[in-house]
Amino acid sequence: MNFIIALIIGILFTSSVFLMFQKSFFKLIIGVILFGYATIFFIFTLGGVTKDAPPLLSNAVDKIQDIADPLPQALTLTAIVISIGVQLFIIVLLKKVHEDVETEDLDDLNTTDSIQ
Amino acid sequence: MPDLPYLILPLWVLLFGFIASLFFWKYWKVQQALGLIFSALYLLAAGLLLVAVYQNDMLVLQIGNWPAPYGITLVADLFSAMLVLISAIITLAIVLYSIQDVSQSRKKKGFYPLLLIMLCGVCGSFLTGDIFNLYVWFEVMLVASFVLIVLGNDKAQLEGAVKYVILSFISSGFLLMGIGILYRLTGTLNMADLAMKIPSHPNQSGMTISAVFFFMGFGIKAALFPLFSWLPASYPTPPISVSALMAGLLTKVGVYAFIRFFTLLFVHNTALTHGFLLIVAGLTMFFGVLGAVAQNDFKKVLSFHIVSQIGYMIMGLALFTKWAIAGAIFYMAHHIIVKSNLFLISGIVKHINGHSLLIRLGGLYRHFPFVTLLFTISAFSLAGIPPLSGFWGKFILAKSGLESEQYFIVFVSLMVGLLTLFSMTKIWKHAFWSNTPEGEDMQLTQPQLFKNKYMLLVASLFLTVCTLWLSLYPDLALMLSQKASEQLLDPQVYIKKALNQ
Repeated sequence: MNFIIALIIGILFTSSVFLMFQKSFFKLIIGVILFGYATIFFIFTLGGVTKDAPPLLSNAVDKIQDIADPLPQALTLTAIVISIGVQLFIIVLLKKVHEDVETEDLDDLNTTDSIQ
Repeated sequence: MPDLPYLILPLWVLLFGFIASLFFWKYWKVQQALGLIFSALYLLAAGLLLVAVYQNDMLVLQIGNWPAPYGITLVADLFSAMLVLISAIITLAIVLYSIQDVSQSRKKKGFYPLLLIMLCGVCGSFLTGDIFNLYVWFEVMLVASFVLIVLGNDKAQLEGAVKYVILSFISSGFLLMGIGILYRLTGTLNMADLAMKIPSHPNQSGMTISAVFFFMGFGIKAALFPLFSWLPASYPTPPISVSALMAGLLTKVGVYAFIRFFTLLFVHNTALTHGFLLIVAGLTMFFGVLGAVAQNDFKKVLSFHIVSQIGYMIMGLALFTKWAIAGAIFYMAHHIIVKSNLFLISGIVKHINGHSLLIRLGGLYRHFPFVTLLFTISAFSLAGIPPLSGFWGKFILAKSGLESEQYFIVFVSLMVGLLTLFSMTKIWKHAFWSNTPEGEDMQLTQPQLFKNKYMLLVASLFLTVCTLWLSLYPDLALMLSQKASEQLLDPQVYIKKALNQ
């Protein structure tokens, strides 16, 4: 189980980096979204992945090793909210860039870098 | 002093300012007045905070009265309190400057509320004592800065913002993963608790791995080599008020996080981590200044200088002696004020000529002696000419480098100082000394500048006076930086106070 999750996180990171290296705006957006998901999934997994064990302790303090840590899950919620906000901003920004600069190639966005 | 919640006062002031100006969304003049009032109040609150911290060594607040390692802790030591005060000085200057610089259409779209909430993020990052809370404050700051950088929708602004936004998003991802690894290994997010657990933790290589993630996260935010490419692409594009604020403050929040993390948390293997930081510091200085030498635009030269100056601060951290860190802190204070002021002056030049391309500028020395005086003081201070403030910072850093027998980095830093002076003389020669090129008209004369754009000069004069004070009476600032550095190098006090033991 843990091996599969590690593999999924790895695939998510690889594909996000691959997509961000492409020239198209749309692939950049997908890459950024995948990067956000990969990060969040990474943190979520760090709390431990357990089956049928809600993190509610009453007398079962000795079973504390068997249940997942709920704090990373809470952190994940905060991170999801923030990263979705930023992702929406990126989508709107790229749409505006597409309208104003009239290009869909990231390599054309080089006027601020050139030496005049 | 009366018993007030000094620690949280600056945050309250900024948050109230933000909410109050949201109520006047359609009346930008009211927002402008509120911006001015609340930035003055913020300066007052930050001054009170510094005095209170100086008297009590450290101020600690447990939010919601949750006991220490479980709730969120706010901690202000001298280092954070100093930076809060400097950020308040800059904010007041920028708000004064923006009155006659930022266009009405931008003010109508919420320039002042955004500025206040961004400062709230900056101030919160300085004051928090919890690593996840630090991430949240960083995001508050970043999201506000994303909007500020595209406000007005210029073509150049949009292009620069793409690079800035996407690299910031990636850096937040790295930061989050570092936090996750650290939590997994130690089971805590409180900085003081982490500082206690990391040195005795059995998995030392795990700590170094999480340090790498934090290096990537903060490195992008602080614009270290080789992660700085977004900075010169995006900082010169927005209106000068925004550029100056970002140039002065935002990268320094990254440097603050570096100094906090690599003095309090990751000191388990300083030979590896700080040795690596020293190499990166040298490369950052060198390549930053090479970029500045190559550029031909006033604002871009200044943007590349930010990168090379970040190298000096990281060099102080990497040398890791008492005086080196004190030098880094003094250098931060000097740099924030001087660099913002230089950006403000480049804005005045742009108002005079309508652009900031060096080859098409000229004649400022003849027609605008007052602006020239302001520029000279700041530029020579940045290059480190005695007796101006940059000299004291560089002197302390070079001296502690020699004492630690790191001769090569001292050599690099002195050579970079020379190249900084060279690129400043390039601006001096083209914009100030030479005659006005043929076919170029100035849009303002000196009396018109004094009559119509006097707020620009007031703001710049305010920062110049601060620079001169820091240059001619460095004792107070040096004493504070030295005490702050002592506190940073002795984490036991921090741990004790923050955990209420």
